[in-house]
Amino acid sequence: MALDSSALRRQFPVFDRFPSLCYLDSAATAQKPQAVLDAVSAALGAAANVHRGLYRLAEEATDHYEQARATVQTFLHARSASEMVFTKSCTEAVNLVARCWAAEHARGGTIVVTELEHHSNIVPWLQLQEEGLVNVVWWRCDAEGHLAAEDLAALLRQHDVRLVAVTGQSNVLGVHPDLAAIIREAHAVGAKVLVDAAQYVVHSAIDVQSLDCDFLTFSAHKLYGPTGIGVLYGKSALLQSMRPWLGGGGMMQEVHDDGYTPADIPARFEGGTPAVAEAAGLAAAIDWLSGIDRTAVLAHECALTQRTVDGLAAVAGCRVLSPAGATGCVSFVIDGVHPHDLADIVGREDVCLRAGHHCAQPLHRRLGIAASTRLSVGIYTLPEEIDRGIAAIDRAASFLRR
Amino acid sequence: MQDLYAENILDHYRHPRCSGRLPSPTVTHTEVNASCGDTLAVDLQIDDGRIVAVRWEGSGCAISQAGMSLLAEALEGRALDTCSALSPQAVRDLLGVPVGTRRFKCAFLGLHAVNNALRTHAGLPQQSWEETLRE
Repeated sequence: MALDSSALRRQFPVFDRFPSLCYLDSAATAQKPQAVLDAVSAALGAAANVHRGLYRLAEEATDHYEQARATVQTFLHARSASEMVFTKSCTEAVNLVARCWAAEHARGGTIVVTELEHHSNIVPWLQLQEEGLVNVVWWRCDAEGHLAAEDLAALLRQHDVRLVAVTGQSNVLGVHPDLAAIIREAHAVGAKVLVDAAQYVVHSAIDVQSLDCDFLTFSAHKLYGPTGIGVLYGKSALLQSMRPWLGGGGMMQEVHDDGYTPADIPARFEGGTPAVAEAAGLAAAIDWLSGIDRTAVLAHECALTQRTVDGLAAVAGCRVLSPAGATGCVSFVIDGVHPHDLADIVGREDVCLRAGHHCAQPLHRRLGIAASTRLSVGIYTLPEEIDRGIAAIDRAASFLRR
Repeated sequence: MQDLYAENILDHYRHPRCSGRLPSPTVTHTEVNASCGDTLAVDLQIDDGRIVAVRWEGSGCAISQAGMSLLAEALEGRALDTCSALSPQAVRDLLGVPVGTRRFKCAFLGLHAVNNALRTHAGLPQQSWEETLRE
């Protein structure tokens, strides 16, 4: 059934408050439906800390927080809720794997990083390399963002690879590496795989058991949920082999004068008061999404990105970087027009685009450009908005090149 | 299109003044705005305490390139002691339009490059963006 994006759109208060908004930057952060705002507000409106108090309010807070974990488990089709670690962001989730797993279990070995990665799935590995703990090697992509399987095979042969860090969907090009094949090849040589699903999770249903990835990370705010909370999924045995990094309340079983015993997973990795209200918001976002046919969402978004590509074809000097089959976003460059000038000028008409390197400098270097402009879509994006965005881009480009 | 993309600024972007490099500059300095890849390399020829020639080369958005062009033109012939610690206001005056937060680093990249070129010439350590943006 086709998606009724106009009806869905009415559930997002931002469009009432800013009627002229043409929001084409959902890959940076998505707008939030009323259901999410209500859930966060309800959690903050009856505040209690979790895993501590013995009164009713505290028990409810704990129940809601752990229920959110179970909601995420179901969403990812994971085996156990204890495999879901709440972090503050997708970035923190990757760093947690770097610090708590790789620094110990990949020590002296090699981490493969693809050229498509966002800085958050690059820098944590470079930091480990800087400390002499691991060796980082690059899996280069071609000019369309495709990764060749034989290149990975060569890297796996040539190096003592312990981990492959790969995105599920490029935040610049919208391409999807073949995760199933990558995971199979990596596992064949005993390497683990971390999937950065920050973009992927928004557009595709994920089943971590059939995918068989070892780690998977994402954040709530791109998934129509609140900022301030991310998720690390890790296979139970791996999480259990990892020592905590953030010491503090809630992450230990016992503390003595000269030491402590870490708590079980996932609490071991959640030292300090967690993002209780944000967890409620994340669960609300997932519940909200579960009422919508996600195949229809993907079809809706693909139609919008195709409309974007078709529209940009008529803009003089425009070159689309995203290849056919990309989803979620379309990045492009226009001869003689700097992306910052373009985004600034269309921004005056409330057309929201992203300009720059999108936290993917190695990819931009590979593409031979300093920056690009990205148009990204969400569940609430309308075809008319794409048309309005393209018309604004065309006008701004003509103006700048006059 | 109004303000930041005023005709004067676009004219400097399309026809940059003082562009190119000096054969043997007294001091040369390059600044990069990592967030968008804008680059400006500035050469200064300094004789008898005066900036006698400014040339620059760069790539980037209209605001960074026009800002540099305007600044270069204004600096040629100026005595060094009138250039120490050039403030963002000097560039605002040259641009003649308001500069919003989101374009600070574009508008003032040229200023940052010139300030640090002058500090190199004076044997002083480089200054941070925070210092360049101090009014």
